[in-house]
Amino acid sequence: MSQTTGRPARRPFFRRRKSCPFSGPNAQKIDYKNTKLLQRFVSERGKIVPSRITAVSAKRQRELAKAIKRARFLALLPYVLK
Amino acid sequence: MAKYECVFIARQDISATQAEALTDKYSEIIESNGGTVAKRESWGLRTLAYRIRKNRKGHYTLLNLDTPSEAVKEMERIMRIDEDVLRYLTIRVDELEEEPSAMLRSRGGRDDRRGGRDRDDRRGGRDRDDRRGGRDRDGGATDSKPTTDSKPTTDGKPTTDKAVATDASAEKGGDK
Repeated sequence: MSQTTGRPARRPFFRRRKSCPFSGPNAQKIDYKNTKLLQRFVSERGKIVPSRITAVSAKRQRELAKAIKRARFLALLPYVLK
Repeated sequence: MAKYECVFIARQDISATQAEALTDKYSEIIESNGGTVAKRESWGLRTLAYRIRKNRKGHYTLLNLDTPSEAVKEMERIMRIDEDVLRYLTIRVDELEEEPSAMLRSRGGRDDRRGGRDRDDRRGGRDRDDRRGGRDRDGGATDSKPTTDSKPTTDGKPTTDKAVATDASAEKGGDK
C-alpha cells in the first residue's frame, strides 16, 4: 500500500519509498511489551518519530503510537529523556 | 467471558516472594469472581523509565485473564487501594498470547542467535493470521495459532520460508 501512494514522480532526487516495517512476511507484531521494538520508533528525546521518516503506514502508526503510550504509562519507555 | 491482559508494577522494597504472593492474591480475586488466569509471568525487578512514587525500580507482573468484567473491576479496585502496587494496566485483547511475551523473549533471545530467526518467522506468520481474522492459508491449517507455531520447527526450513513468502504476496495483492 505504502509503496504506491504519495510519491511525486518528477522529483529530482528520486528515492524509492521504503515499505512499512510492520507489513510483509516476517513483520513483528506491535506490542506495548516489546520495548526493544518500540525503542526504534522514538527519538533520542523520547518523542514518537513521525511516520514520514520511519515509513510506517498510517494504520500501523496509530497502533504504534498507542503501544508506545501504553509502554510509557508502565514506565517501560520514558516520557522525556534529557 | 472476555480476555484481558493485566500488567502491574509492585513497589521495589518488597521481596520477590512478596511480589509472588501479591500475584497470588490477585489471581485469587479473579478466580473467586468466576474468572481464570490463563498465564502468569513475572518479569522480575526492572528499572523504571522514570520515578513513580519515589521508586526507581519495580516488580513487573503480567497476568493473562479470561474473566468476566466484574472480576477485573474488583481486582482494579483493590489494586488502587493497595500501597504496594505502583501502577496497573488492564487491556482487553482479542487473543491471549500463549507463549512467553516479548519481554521474556527478548531476554532469552540474547543467549542463542539461532532462535532469533526462527522466532521472527513464526511471529510474522501469526501476526498475519491475527490481523485477517484467522484466515488459514498455511496449508489448510484448521486452527491458525498452534499449527503456525509448530510449523517452522517441525518442517524443513526452506519450504516453510517459501510458503510464508508466497502467502504474503497473495495477501498483499488481495489487500487492495
